Amino acid sequence: MLDEILTLDVFLLILVAATAVAVIQVRSLFSATILSGIYSLLMAVVWTNMHALDVAFTEAAVGAGISTILLLGALVLTGRFAKKESPIHVPGLLLCGLTGAMLIYGTLDMPKFGDPSAPIHNLRVPGMIRQDIGKHPSAAPRVQQAKHEADPSGHHHPQDDYNGHVPNTVTTLLAAYRGYDTMFETTVIFVAGLSLLLLLRRRREGEPGVPVSSPDQRQPKQERLS
Amino acid sequence: MSSSEQMSEQTLVRVVAKLTIPFILVMGVYVILHGELGPGGGFQGGVILAAGLILYGLVFGADELRQRIPTVVLDSCMALGALIYAGTGLACLFAGGTFLDYGMLMPESAGDGEALGMTLVEYGVGITVASVMTTIYLMISERRTTLRRGET
Repeated sequence: MLDEILTLDVFLLILVAATAVAVIQVRSLFSATILSGIYSLLMAVVWTNMHALDVAFTEAAVGAGISTILLLGALVLTGRFAKKESPIHVPGLLLCGLTGAMLIYGTLDMPKFGDPSAPIHNLRVPGMIRQDIGKHPSAAPRVQQAKHEADPSGHHHPQDDYNGHVPNTVTTLLAAYRGYDTMFETTVIFVAGLSLLLLLRRRREGEPGVPVSSPDQRQPKQERLS
Repeated sequence: MSSSEQMSEQTLVRVVAKLTIPFILVMGVYVILHGELGPGGGFQGGVILAAGLILYGLVFGADELRQRIPTVVLDSCMALGALIYAGTGLACLFAGGTFLDYGMLMPESAGDGEALGMTLVEYGVGITVASVMTTIYLMISERRTTLRRGET
């Protein structure tokens, strides 16, 4: 019997590969930008098919949304067509093939996708749900069936709810288990914005180091003609 | 900005943008606020917010966007988000825990404190990401490196 999920995955991945080849082959930069957006959208569908909703969400918002817009913005400032190059670069192809083969070799040791007896489900996840992985000994104790603070009637948390802990496991991982990591990711984004301001912010003419443009410099030809 | 001026004269583009931008912004805020409950979170929500603002800038011109959201607000939001994140961590430190040990925000029911801390942190990420992405677009859309006298 044919596995529906596998069929869909193979179909989508063939489309992804075709889009990737098209991005390289096409010479119009506009088409390449739109194709890379389509690539991200297809990858988002692949992630959804794997139940990785958060990843799919990020892929759709960042890959298909923002980066396409930013590439389009950059396109306005550059040419519309790529330089003509020979389509196959042998050392690059060899390097890519080698890296791909190494990555596939690395996945051979991984447990089957969705395997319930995989080590992560038996060793790591139970501790994560108990929220005691990486906890400092001085951390506030997690009491099961504690009173709900936000509720004035003081009802208890239900049995299946671990003391109000966050239902989205991905958020728990990103914000608590890897809190430092996420904090410095935010800092990296902040620093990127800051350096952009330092490098590209428009300066007022007449400020120290910024020359003042004279009116006849601005539109030299038209002024002389009229 | 001749291309964006042309675009703002197209009735269809303008009407569709005006119709969809409020929903995009609400969606972005929703994703940030519900990061701890459903898929998404601060980063995704911030990107969606920025996409709404960038759409506004694309259709009505980047200068129009700069007028609607003053650069001072965008700049301070970039720092504010990172400050909220680090401030949440520091609050846990002052409450007697370790840095970013959210449980210490409500020591009697650590799970609720955990949820509170993660929510605050997601807000911080969302604010920073939205303002930085919008700033990147505004910087790319600039055609001149200087401001002339009388321009804002």
